[in-house]
Amino acid sequence: VSCQLVPVHLWNVVELNDHTSFKRSHLICCVDESVKCVISVVINVDAKKFVGILLTMSPVEPALPEVPEHAPYLLIGGGTASFAAARSIRARDPGARVLIVTDEADLPYMRPPLSKELWFSDDPSVTETLRFKQWNGKERSIYFQPPSFYVSPRELQTVENGGVAVLMDRKVTHMDVRGSKVKLSDGTEISYDKCLIATGGVPRNLQVIERAGEEVKKRTTLFRKIEDFRALEKVSRELKSITIIGGGFLGSELACALGRRSADLGLEVVQMFPEKGNMGKVLPEYLSNWTTEKVKKEGVTVLTDAVVKNVSYKDGKVQIRMKDGRVVKTDHVVAAVGLEPNVELARSAGLEVDSDFGGYRVNAELQARANIWVAGDAACFYDIKLGRRRVEHHDHAVVSGRLAGENMTGADKPYWHQSMFWSDLGPDVGYEAIGIVDSNLPTVGVFTKATAKDTPRAVTELSGTGIRSESETEAVAGAVAGAVAGAAGAPAPPPQQKEDYGKGVIFYLRDKVVVGIVLWNVFNRMPIARKIIKDGEEHADLNEVAKLFNIHDD
Amino acid sequence: RFYCKDRIIFVTKEDHEAPSNAELVEDDPNDPYEDHGLILPSGEINWNCPCLGGMASGPCGQQFKEAFSCFHYSTEEVKGSECIEHFRGMQECMQKYPELYPQEDENESGPSGGDDTAPAEPSNTDAASVPDSSVDEVTVAGTENAATS
Repeated sequence: VSCQLVPVHLWNVVELNDHTSFKRSHLICCVDESVKCVISVVINVDAKKFVGILLTMSPVEPALPEVPEHAPYLLIGGGTASFAAARSIRARDPGARVLIVTDEADLPYMRPPLSKELWFSDDPSVTETLRFKQWNGKERSIYFQPPSFYVSPRELQTVENGGVAVLMDRKVTHMDVRGSKVKLSDGTEISYDKCLIATGGVPRNLQVIERAGEEVKKRTTLFRKIEDFRALEKVSRELKSITIIGGGFLGSELACALGRRSADLGLEVVQMFPEKGNMGKVLPEYLSNWTTEKVKKEGVTVLTDAVVKNVSYKDGKVQIRMKDGRVVKTDHVVAAVGLEPNVELARSAGLEVDSDFGGYRVNAELQARANIWVAGDAACFYDIKLGRRRVEHHDHAVVSGRLAGENMTGADKPYWHQSMFWSDLGPDVGYEAIGIVDSNLPTVGVFTKATAKDTPRAVTELSGTGIRSESETEAVAGAVAGAVAGAAGAPAPPPQQKEDYGKGVIFYLRDKVVVGIVLWNVFNRMPIARKIIKDGEEHADLNEVAKLFNIHDD
Repeated sequence: RFYCKDRIIFVTKEDHEAPSNAELVEDDPNDPYEDHGLILPSGEINWNCPCLGGMASGPCGQQFKEAFSCFHYSTEEVKGSECIEHFRGMQECMQKYPELYPQEDENESGPSGGDDTAPAEPSNTDAASVPDSSVDEVTVAGTENAATS
């Protein structure tokens, strides 16, 4: 109980029924949180006499609970898909009240810069600010929106015009579909009308590391979140050797990012993986080999055909022994060996999990059950064009999150706009891709020679955008309109050329139909690639299709 | 030239000079599945267009929608001239969130109020010539060009 004495000069004048004037001072005290008690001393001003004490008690407006009891739109997971859905819902349902529940301590942010742009920043405080300057000087934060964009969860149910609230550090542990509500780890319940599950996934680890004991595990990073970026950045400055296990997107990007710093930091960077070359599961062998050479030029020691047999901690070093007997001694390990989709709610919610691809099984409209949708890395969905699949790329999280948001507000549209993905091996070599890009498929690659104009750096300078992937958003689809059917003479046989895969288009075929396309150092052409996949036609001569990309122009 | 199952073709500029004879399927402009850029076939505004960034979904989304709708449907000789109040309301709201809607340079266009209040009206086939988002946010990467096919 706290009391506050009001100074004499603030006494109020009170008139009672008989119009006698009184002055009243207030001693305000709270009996408990729900009742406010005001004690007043009443004085007859004219008679200069103490009259009495007036006691008034009034109920206090109860403070709203931190966690709202009900959210019309409940989004489980606070990543890219969730944010895209929130934005979509707000755009389509005016005044919508959207609650995002995330077990992270961060507001929604984008992941690609964690293994790319943030490493290229000159700013020593980048690990704090998580901002980065692009080639053209434009600065960006990895957070989709600053804190002021959001409303607090506490006011979500009452704020005028609604908004998006993010409840952080909370895990949804149980889902009661029949009752349309979820339970958090602390027992709090939240009911919903429409629910999105966008729980993403957790990095996989190698069994040999899991079994290797504490000394190895504490020197191992499973890279996915902001905290992992911060930890690895610190490690890169303090230690002398880092080994990355994994030859896919994440492993190769981190290897290149660390490789570029290796000279300045006196850091040895090793990358090892079972495939024959970097991106071995994605790029055809010749291109995978070419890429591997590029990664080596970035200062990375690349060990291919490397299968880890066991990992131990000995003599102050982590020792990685491979099946063929090679041994690597290193200070720190980054395991980039894939993602395990998070399907923890499947059991309590009664949701189907896909046995081929992992993740929650949803239909073409991303719906799992009535009023429940799934988007992003955790969604195994039916793609009308390409078949059932699960996609772990950033743009897919955006596209599927948006679509889920549209469908949660009544649109009932299937997955149709094909998402894309990209990777940069440093600022000089990059590619964009779309569809099913699996190196097991037969491919046809059409190449020309790269000029200095074609690198990712040059592209961002030209278009004046920041992140290269943004320029696709602003591109005009002129290329599509330019396709002309007409007679063409047979092309002259290509002159003998040194094997330089500087610039080109690679088509991935399934039953003679193009199901995937890689644009190799060719940018701003994604609309035409998307169109070709959408058409799903058999093309007799893929060189003719390649002409549509104008790969010699810029 | 064949490299196992992967075929490689090298082409010079001359090789690709002749127009392509690859045929593309004609698109249905009313395809209900397609994303439709800023303006839907019905003439309505697609508030969910990525080209708008987060303008329609943020704290000032309501004001933005009112101002832009007014402009879009305006038939005045000076388009949007009757919408000044809406734009003023929008600007007032945005000033409350300087982090989300920072003041623009002179060089960049923006939906801020003033003499030339009206944002450039995009044509149906145009991509994202919507007001440069004055929101200094991360444009969600690489989703789509706003153009209709």
